[in-house]
Amino acid sequence: MDPRMGYGALGYDLAHLLGTATLVLSFVLLYQKRIDAVVNTYAAQAWVLAAAAFWQGWVQDSPHLYVTGLIALLAKGVAIPLALHNIVRRLRIGRSIESALGVFPSMALGMGMVALAILVVLPITLGAQVLTREDLAIALSVVLLGLLMMITRRTALTQVIAFMSMENGLILAAVGVAGMPLVVELSVAVLVLVAAIVFGEFFFRIRSQFDSLDISHLDRVGEAHR
Amino acid sequence: MNVAALLAVLRPMLAPVLTALLAGCGAVAALSYLVMGAPAVTLDLPIGLPGAGITLALDGLSAVFLLVVFLASTAAAASAIGDHHYTETAPFLPAFVGGMALALVAGDGFSLLLGFEAMSVTSLVLVLSTHRDGTVRQGGLLYGGMAALGALSLIMVVGLLAQRGLSFAAMRAAPPEGWRAILVLALVLVGAGSKAGIVPLHTWLPPAHAAAPAHVSALMSGVMTKVALYVVVRVLFDLCGPAQPAWFGVPLIVLGAAGALLGALRANMEGDIKAALACSTIENVGLITIGFGVALVARGADLPALASLGAAAALLHIVAHGLFKPLLFLGAGAIQDGAGTRRLDRLGGLIHRMPVTSALLIFGAVNLAALPPTAGFAGEWLLFQSVLGAPRIGGFAVQVLVCVTAGLMAMGAALAAAAAVRLVGVALLGRPRGPRAAAAEEAGPWKLRAMSGVASVAFLVGLFPGSVLRLAGPALRTLTGAEMGERAGLAVLTPALDMPGYAALLTLALLLLAFGAIWFLRQFADLRTTRGPAWDCGFGASTARLPFGDPLTQYSGGGFSQPLRRALGHSILAAREVVSMPEPGDTSAARIEVTLRDPANAWVFAPFAYWRDKASGIADTMQFLTIRQILSVMVGVLVLFLIVIAVIEQL
Repeated sequence: MDPRMGYGALGYDLAHLLGTATLVLSFVLLYQKRIDAVVNTYAAQAWVLAAAAFWQGWVQDSPHLYVTGLIALLAKGVAIPLALHNIVRRLRIGRSIESALGVFPSMALGMGMVALAILVVLPITLGAQVLTREDLAIALSVVLLGLLMMITRRTALTQVIAFMSMENGLILAAVGVAGMPLVVELSVAVLVLVAAIVFGEFFFRIRSQFDSLDISHLDRVGEAHR
Repeated sequence: MNVAALLAVLRPMLAPVLTALLAGCGAVAALSYLVMGAPAVTLDLPIGLPGAGITLALDGLSAVFLLVVFLASTAAAASAIGDHHYTETAPFLPAFVGGMALALVAGDGFSLLLGFEAMSVTSLVLVLSTHRDGTVRQGGLLYGGMAALGALSLIMVVGLLAQRGLSFAAMRAAPPEGWRAILVLALVLVGAGSKAGIVPLHTWLPPAHAAAPAHVSALMSGVMTKVALYVVVRVLFDLCGPAQPAWFGVPLIVLGAAGALLGALRANMEGDIKAALACSTIENVGLITIGFGVALVARGADLPALASLGAAAALLHIVAHGLFKPLLFLGAGAIQDGAGTRRLDRLGGLIHRMPVTSALLIFGAVNLAALPPTAGFAGEWLLFQSVLGAPRIGGFAVQVLVCVTAGLMAMGAALAAAAAVRLVGVALLGRPRGPRAAAAEEAGPWKLRAMSGVASVAFLVGLFPGSVLRLAGPALRTLTGAEMGERAGLAVLTPALDMPGYAALLTLALLLLAFGAIWFLRQFADLRTTRGPAWDCGFGASTARLPFGDPLTQYSGGGFSQPLRRALGHSILAAREVVSMPEPGDTSAARIEVTLRDPANAWVFAPFAYWRDKASGIADTMQFLTIRQILSVMVGVLVLFLIVIAVIEQL
């Protein structure tokens, strides 16, 4: 095994720290009430992700991970948060409060998700490197927390942020596994970019139709067909 | 057979001729193979599944069934020669016979499924020959649903058995144990049992067999049920290995006894002769299933003599029923063509207009009623002997079960005799109940040839049942590891070596002697016809419109079965009679409406329909969930999936 990838080695410890930081930021996303804070937390998560990608690129000696990190930093850490802030400003919902699930239930559910991810990933990847295993468990936890956030949130904007934080988990998994080609990360990044554009257009449509981003208005459209 | 099907696509009229010729050759081949002592043969063909090919295997067991299938197919196809009604579906007739033959000679799971499903699909198409009739479409739909269920179950059976490979040899090398064996038993009873007409999945038989053209229903009722039984037997006796416990046969005995009673009772209630014959098939399949069940129980209890007796009885009855049931169905088809209807209430007096068909039908009905010295009697008698010999096995529970089964079998046999009397008495005797019946026409030459051919083979089987069992010796060794041996003699058939047996030839001689004595005494009798005023048995005086009196004053089919309906139908079939009287001043006739309900419909199909509606209701509400609810369901399913994986990993 690569000595830089064991417990106690700097390569391992820092990678583990960055992955866990991403996970902690997912928890923060889960209970944030103000829209501005949600967007800022998302940007922070993207920065940590970019740092994780840079660190992995250096540890694994694979330059293409720098590209991944650069994409994460520029697109998800800067461009998308700026665009989201712009939307929030134009829709004037920056100070509005969204009632997510309470702090304790969100935390408890999130902990359950993380425990489940660890129970699933660790036994399956017995043969793989220690770092890969831990990294995959953390990445799956981030994905599950993103899913959880998607179903606890009410407005379309926060749901999209949840979707993109779920995608952060995928990137985290991709950078943690040595030998994953750049094209995977690129395609995921492009997908999210396209989704962000589509959702941005979508927000304004919903807003102009219902004067709100609360998606429960959409359910009434479905009920009309009953 | 496939070549014949291809040729038949080009020239539909050739299909019956070719099928009859090929099936006849097949019957001769199967018979000579059995006479030679049935050495097991396997043949690997490079066609079929990619990389695996298919295996064909022929042994004594398949050859016995092949013989029955080919004999009945010869007769059925010959009866269709010159029949111009079914040219659209004619190519499917040889394909149907070929599917049955493939299922019988299959040497691996894939070819077995292939043949069985080819048989299902082609027979469904043949049922739908006259699809412009709404009842035919309904019967076909029910049949199609049951065939799909059967296919699903059989595929799972093959999957459960094929632990090491698809070939039968590989399946024998890894016999199922524990829950897997139970699952195989249950699934094969659903998969092949639904095709064979084993309760409770028998309800499709009467409508579908009545809907099919006569030569097709002759094959479906006479031999397709036997092919399904072959699959049951091949799986349970052969592929599951000889080490299965004794209770393995108990479900067969229970379901068989239920079928014997239910089928025979329903055969008395149906107003359509073909539906009544199909119900009698349910009864006979039930009896055969009992025989195989006894054989399985006895084999598990290590009683080879009794096991071989049960299996021999079942095989003999398969041969007998596989011959006389096609005869009866072909006769019913001749009645439909000649008298224009299958309804008992419109028939009557056909013996004057269709003497040959009537004589052959009466012979078939005597078989159905299990009177000596016919094949039907030999089979049922041996089945009774095997069940009566069974109380020596097992504990108290098995003994009680066997006693109850014997009682139910006796009741079923008596009811079947009543059904045979009803068919003959109402349809053939008496006076015509309608103008079409009064002007009925005798069947065509090919139909008569087909019927007399199959009747003479059945007659021979009835006279020499021991020889049939001698031929079935290799099959019995495959099934139970023992043969009938000396018990199946040329003239005498005995259940055990030191017991008195049944001598068919002697019975025939006694019967001939009795009839000869009657004929002799008649020579001295006063044969002058005397006429006088009589009570006239309730017939009204003749009018100009009805020169023979009103034929509707005769016993009708419904009237004949009324005592049975009131005695047994109320509890078993939930029979209801409603008399609707006309209002005072209304001159229309009073009507009696009889409703019957098959218990399988009430206890199996109605709950199934209820839960299906429930499930579709749930699926319907899923469609109208809100976005968040749909997302929650998806996340819930994902989490559940991950939990299952985690639990499996921990185990």
